[in-house]
Formats: sequence, C-alpha cells, structure tokens
Amino acid sequence: MINYFPEEVLWHVFSFLTSHPDRNAASLVCKSWYNVERFSRGKVFIGNCYAISPERMISRFPRVRSLTLKGKPHFADFNLIPQDWGGNVYPWIVAMAKGSTNLEELRLKRMVVSDESLELLAKSFPNFKSLVLVSCEGFTTDGLAAIASNCRFLRELDLQENEVEDRRGQWLSCFPDSCTSLSSLNFACLKGEVNVAALERLVARCRNLRSLRLNHAVPPDALQKILAQAPQLVDLGADSFVHDPESETYNKLKNVMQKCSSIRSLSGFLDVNARCLPSIYPICINLTSLNLSYAPGIYSKELVKLIHKCKKLQRLWILDTIGDKGLGVVASTCKELQELRVFPSDLHVVGNVAVTEEGLVAISAGCPNLNSLLYFCQQMTNAALITVAKNCPNFIRFRLCTLNPTIPDAVTMQPLDEGFGAIVQSCKGLKRLSVSGLLTDQVFLYIGMYAEQLEMLSIAFAGDSDKGMLYVLNGCKKLKKLEIRDSPFGNMALLADTGKYETMRSLWMSSCGVTFGGCKTLAEKMPRLNVEIINEGDEMEGRPDDRQKVEKMYLYRTLVGPRKDAPDFVWTL
Amino acid sequence: MAKDGLGLETELTLALPGGGGDPSGSMEKKEKKRVFSEFSSDETTMTANKNEVVGWPPVCSYRRKNSFSMEEGTKMYVKVSMDGAPFLRKIDLSTREGYSCLLMDLEKLFGCYGIGEEDSSEYVPIYEDKDGDWMLVGDVPWQMFSRSCKRLRIMKRLDAKGIGLHAKDFHKGISIEA
Repeated sequence: MINYFPEEVLWHVFSFLTSHPDRNAASLVCKSWYNVERFSRGKVFIGNCYAISPERMISRFPRVRSLTLKGKPHFADFNLIPQDWGGNVYPWIVAMAKGSTNLEELRLKRMVVSDESLELLAKSFPNFKSLVLVSCEGFTTDGLAAIASNCRFLRELDLQENEVEDRRGQWLSCFPDSCTSLSSLNFACLKGEVNVAALERLVARCRNLRSLRLNHAVPPDALQKILAQAPQLVDLGADSFVHDPESETYNKLKNVMQKCSSIRSLSGFLDVNARCLPSIYPICINLTSLNLSYAPGIYSKELVKLIHKCKKLQRLWILDTIGDKGLGVVASTCKELQELRVFPSDLHVVGNVAVTEEGLVAISAGCPNLNSLLYFCQQMTNAALITVAKNCPNFIRFRLCTLNPTIPDAVTMQPLDEGFGAIVQSCKGLKRLSVSGLLTDQVFLYIGMYAEQLEMLSIAFAGDSDKGMLYVLNGCKKLKKLEIRDSPFGNMALLADTGKYETMRSLWMSSCGVTFGGCKTLAEKMPRLNVEIINEGDEMEGRPDDRQKVEKMYLYRTLVGPRKDAPDFVWTL
Repeated sequence: MAKDGLGLETELTLALPGGGGDPSGSMEKKEKKRVFSEFSSDETTMTANKNEVVGWPPVCSYRRKNSFSMEEGTKMYVKVSMDGAPFLRKIDLSTREGYSCLLMDLEKLFGCYGIGEEDSSEYVPIYEDKDGDWMLVGDVPWQMFSRSCKRLRIMKRLDAKGIGLHAKDFHKGISIEA
C-alpha cells in the first residue's frame, strides 16, 4: 500500500527520520524508498573515511549539507600509529567543491587537515556554518584565518584537542566586522597569542554566542571584560584564571560571574590559583558539566569545596588527585551524575595512590544514573565491580583502565574476569567497553554471552588463547569496532569467521599472534576488506616469511578497494 | 555467576602473549615492547617498568603533552627541611603534578600530617624563590611555583605567628625572613 504513496508524502515522512540507522534501514526497503531517502539525507556520517570514496558519497547523497568523517583508528591516540599514515580530508573537500555540494557543516575526527584544505573549504561553500575538528592535525593558524575571513555565515568554530601550529598571525582579527553570527568558538587547544582586543570586539558583536572556550594566552583581565560582554554564555572554557585573590581583576571577575547565570558548563583552569576559585561559586549551583581534568593546580580540599556546590552536575571530568575521599564527596553531592571521567595525574611514578576501587564503589552507590565511565585507577577488585554492576545497571560506556595493565584483584589476587562479567550481565544496554587488569579467556566468554548491544570493545594484555577472541566474535552480534593489543590471539581466531568483519567497521590487532600468512589468507578470501599491515623499519627487507608475526594490523570493510594514498610503511595485502 | 560447563583451562601466567616458538626469531626484538616487569607481591610498591610499554596507560597524546608539562628526564630536585628534624630530604618537583601531590608527599616524608589544611596543621609549608624571598606555598599556579622554587621548608606555625603574621595574612603571601 505504502508503495503507492506519492513521493511528496514519503519525502515528508522521511524528514522526520533523523538517526542514521533508521535512514539506512529505510533505504533498504525498496528502490523508491532508497531514492527518496538518498535525496532527502542532509547529514551523512562516515565512520571510516576509507570505507567509501568522496565521489560515491556525493553521487548517492547529492543534497548533503553536513558531513562527519573519521580517519585514523582509535589507537592512533596512543602513539601506536606512525606519522603520515593517512586520513587526509583534502580529497573530500575537492570532490565536494567540484560537485557544488551545498556544504554547511563539517565534523572531522582524527584526520589530517592541511591549510590548503581549510582554504579550499572556506572559499568553496558560501553557506558554510560549522567546523568541528577533534584530534586532528596538519593545519596552522593560517588555515583558521582563511575560515575566519571567508565564511560569512560562520556559526561554529570548535577546535578540540588538535595539534595546531601557531604562525603568530592574527587569525582572530580576520573575522570581519560584519561577522555577528558566531554561536560557538573554541580555540582552547591553540598555544599562541591571540589579538585580545579583536576577541573582545568579536564577542561584543556576536549576541548569539553561547559557547566560548579560550586558550591560555587570554589573560584574566581580558576574561573578565569578555564575560561582561557575554552574560548569555552557556559554556565557558578559561585556561588562564586569576592568580591573586586580592587583586582588582579578581573582584571584577567575581562580580561579572554573578551575572553569568546561564553558564551550565565549565572547563579549562590549566593555570589557576585555588584561592581564586570562590569567584566561580555563584555559578556552581547551575553547572551540569565540569571539566577540571587539565587543572593540576587545585588542592583537593579546594576541589571538594567546589564540588559541594555543584549539586546539579551531570558530567564531571577530573584528575585522580581527587582521591577516593573526594569521589565520596562527589557521590554524596552529585546525585544527577551521568558521566564521570577520572584521568591519571601522574604517568611517571607508580605507587602514588590515586584512586582505587573504593572511589568507584562510592560513586556507584551515590549516583544511580551513571551511564558513562572512564576510570584510570591504581587497583580494582571483583567485589567492587560486582557492586558497581548492581548499583548502576544503566551503563552505556564502561572503560576501566588499571595503571598496571595486568594487575589482578587487589584482595584475592584472582583475575578480574568475574567483575567485568558482572558488568556485562547487568548492563544490558552496554555499547562500549574497555577492559584491563589480569584477564583470562573467561572474561571474553562472559562478554560474548551477555554483551548483546556491544558495539566497541578495547582489549589490552588480556586472554590466554584464541578461544577468547572467538567468544567475542561469535557472541557480540552488534560489534562494530574491535581493537586488541598485546594479547595471545592468532590466526585461528582471526580466520574462524571471516564474514564477520564485513558486519563490522574495523578490527585492530597489534602485538598479537597473527602472522603474515594468516593476514594474507584473510585478504585473499575477503576482497571487500582492506587488510593493512603497518611495518616500521625492521621487517621491510624483502618478502616477510608467512610465519612471521605481524606487529600491527588494521582491517576494515570498504567498497572502494585498497586505498591509493597508503604510505610506504603500510602494506595492503 | 553460572559458569559455562566447557571445562575451561585458564592458565594464569604473565608469560609473553602469543606463546609457542617463533622460527623467525623476531620475538626477541619485540620482547621489550610487550613485557613489563612482574610486579612484586608487596602491596605498597609496584615496580612495573611503565616506560617500556608504548601507549600505556592509554592517555591520548594531546592530553599527555598538555597535562604532564615536564618532559621525561628533566629532574627538579629541591631540598626540604623541617623545623626540628635532624636532617633534610630532597624531593623532585618535576614528578609532582600539583600542590595536592606535593603536600601528600611532604606528609609522608616528615609525618607532618594536615600540612595541606590551612587552619588545622601545626606546620606551614614555605619556599625560597629565585629572588631569595621566603614565600608561602600555594599562592601562585603550580607551574610558576615549580619553576621558581629553590628550596622548601616546613615551618612551625607558632614561629610564623611570632614574626607578626596572622592566619589571614597567609592569603597575601607576605614574604618573611628566613
């Protein structure tokens, strides 16, 4: 019956479909639905930039307005992938410019972005509104100047944790006086100076500015002046805070903060004197998001005082110097907490007691709405994890990282299999899991059995045999990304179900037991997978022996065959 | 938790992953990267040699560069004296990430508990800066402090009062004669 609906009706119905899985499903129903869907899709998400070519994307979705692209695999964050591996956005921008795409929004993660790309972007899309770059590299402030100068309707420029070379230009001054549309500006990751006067004028004329994250170079007295111009801010990031609680600047800041009653999210504080924190007490009561993970200079006592005032907190990112006791305060204060990330403060010296299982148990008892966790800890126990699982069945993301990667249960000295098993059994909606500590194949049996919604799994220094990996591959039907390092999984596990990898986005295996022979067999069997081997130096002489173990393998499904931009050290089998 | 009756044999070892012999002998080279030393059964200290494990703990490189300001190898040892103690200690400021860390370590070294608390401790931490002035610890941001600190002293609060300082004056960071 529905096939006889005129296209206009289908079109209207599809305009309510926003989620990608829903649209993907709709496009498979019949040819007519496929066509209506593809012409009406405005937001395109591509989780692996090498899975499809820009040309094919444009030809299928000619009306694309917003594109999200991800490049390097996750483990690139931890220096496991050499420079120049790939993930360059330039071909995408060229193709969209040629195809006269009406691009309005571009969101990139772990990609290489050159100034040339930014310049082409700025000049090719007259309606361009939003640029979000996360963990990218390859560009300088010259590229940012091009964006500022040319994108007349720019609303959002959000730079998160990128490596940006500072050219000491005046990129911020390149926003013309006619630019009044900015609603979000985040340049916290830039290292260099900015023209503070230009910044103040920009903030003054952008009345819709909601989110502003400044870098370290913006001094405290400028911060105070900026806030006076923008009391409507909802999200504030300030790295350079006041130092002297007796100063005029401090008083002014305190007064201006009281007027910023819309602020819900706060971050930065790289350089802060704990005695100046009372200046932000007035806004604490309304805060829903607080990121102090880059702020080592806060006494735990001051931190606790601050947290006491943040009763509405939903998201907290913090350093482990907060300690178990501090987490206890969070647990008793922040009843609406949904996301907690506790980062390590000290990478060099082991033995500095940071946080343990006690802090986590306290949080789980006090914050039943917790659904997302990243927890770097000194030690963990099965009993604690079992308690956490009982208290918080709503976890969607659960990432535990013991500072010693194969540490056993701190009390029983047993592996942590039972603890993680309890988590996957209790948290039926779990989508992302990172395990650590001493783990045997047993934990993977549990994961395969219970983690039905799991989409991403990170494994390091775990398991005893191929069985472990097989439990996961056979059990986790919704698995999209699997990344494994330093674990004893070999060819048997890799080759047991080769079809599985076409249902997944990617698989990463490094320092495991797979060999060249195994990878070659897989590549031969599955032409729609790119099986890439990363060679660094030593193994380059001639053809490697089939029995030789592969140091780093990254495989992913693709519709466009081996990539043409692979560097010398990447072999596509 | 009901266990699947597969009769799993789990061998809990700290052996190298992969097992078995490697004919090409390339295991030798990779050993350094994969193995980290066994931990001692002593609960208080872990001797894991983290420097040999690339990318662990998994903290992204941006965060590593921006939170942990000291490069590996640049040590900043300063002398620490405590009033009444017969000898001094040395502490490496480059491996401390903030005031909390430093004060915890001072507590451990000298047993001066509560030194982090402004009002409750009988001790007050002060330091000599580049100009030779004695300053109260905690007024300036950590980075600024660690760069200018030449030596530390744990002073009895009573002595400070004797020089004419009141509790609230500590907030002003008034420099005092050594």
